[in-house]
Amino acid sequence: MSKQRKAVALISGGLDSLLAAKVMLEQGIHVEGINFFTGFCVEGHTHAIRKKDKAKPKRNNALWSAEQLGIKLHIIDVIEEYKDVLLNPKHGYGQNMNPCLDCKGFMVKKAVEWIKENDFDFIITGEVIGQRPMSQRRDTMPVIQKESGAGDLLLRPLCAKNLPETIPEIEGWVDREKLYDFSGRTRKPQMALAEKFGFKDYASPAGGCCFLTDKNYSDKLVDMWQHRSSRDYELDDIMMLKVGRHIRPNDNFKMIVGRELGENKFMEGYRKVYPYIHCSSHKGPLVLLDGDLKQSDVELAARIAARFGQGRDADEVEMSLTFPDGKNTVLKVKPMPSEEILKEWYV
Amino acid sequence: MQHTLNAKRLLCPMPVIRTQDKIKTLTAGDVLEVVCTDPGALNDVPAWCRINGHKVLETKTVDDEVIIIIEVAE
Repeated sequence: MSKQRKAVALISGGLDSLLAAKVMLEQGIHVEGINFFTGFCVEGHTHAIRKKDKAKPKRNNALWSAEQLGIKLHIIDVIEEYKDVLLNPKHGYGQNMNPCLDCKGFMVKKAVEWIKENDFDFIITGEVIGQRPMSQRRDTMPVIQKESGAGDLLLRPLCAKNLPETIPEIEGWVDREKLYDFSGRTRKPQMALAEKFGFKDYASPAGGCCFLTDKNYSDKLVDMWQHRSSRDYELDDIMMLKVGRHIRPNDNFKMIVGRELGENKFMEGYRKVYPYIHCSSHKGPLVLLDGDLKQSDVELAARIAARFGQGRDADEVEMSLTFPDGKNTVLKVKPMPSEEILKEWYV
Repeated sequence: MQHTLNAKRLLCPMPVIRTQDKIKTLTAGDVLEVVCTDPGALNDVPAWCRINGHKVLETKTVDDEVIIIIEVAE
């Protein structure tokens, strides 16, 4: 009896990885999923923060995919290791701060380590030639194989017929004829295959699973780096970039203004980390202050914060500034008129 | 044995990752109480348990905390 072959599938939670894993299951391969948490994953996170998203189901699509497939999923925290990928990408960044080629290489390399530790035979991904401008091109896909160390143990079931044979195909572990030849940015073949497999409810087919591909997020990340002595970061730093309006009235400090109840509640958890301002005479948002706030900045920060509360049109409001050590100052200020809050202050 | 995991202030998928890592250190039949503040954990932790064969004994929300009680499988 032939040996039961085992593949680990990189599961992002999107349609392609779901289909790639299903194609392997259909061929009798034992598949388990692996999902890497970099800290920049759109998955999970922010929809848990904002109150306005409360009506949406709060599911992790990677877990949901695994459940649909009936496979195990291993979620791995790579936040620390990922810093080097983001800070020093050998292949540079994409349109924003997304180091897609280095990122994919890193994830496949981690998968190579995982299959060695867990006695699996090969790796599969949902990559499709031509689908992404950086990491999924005919000339860059071999780079991932080479730099990750996966070589021919990396199989891309959705576009395998457009690529040279890999070990699972050569050895007859999988039937190449039952693999696919998808290419390009069209999603129609994937949607048709999803229908064939009976998947009706799947995550946004266009992908977009990483905040680093988002211009607004990348702008905030670059701003953070430009105003710190080091580009190093902690998870809290990159979490805060996903929350609130970011306003930098001076180089030495930035204000993070909660936009609604859910964000304010989430930001309350950071009151022991950052100084914060709130309006004590009217309802208003929580405003965290990141940086080196000087005494001369306090009134400016309070006036800006007051602008976002219900006392915005009052002649005077009472603002409370509290530091992480509990020290508190109350000051009366006139809310800043909106035209005085310069556009360039918004990050 | 009874165990508790404090996953407060962590946003998903971190509570799942912490649960996964904690369960690796436990033995079959142990009971783990996971305490979270991210309401997303109410779906994600049980989903992770289902696909990995662990039994969710109870889920509850107390004030702003989500509590999931898990019996560890083989």
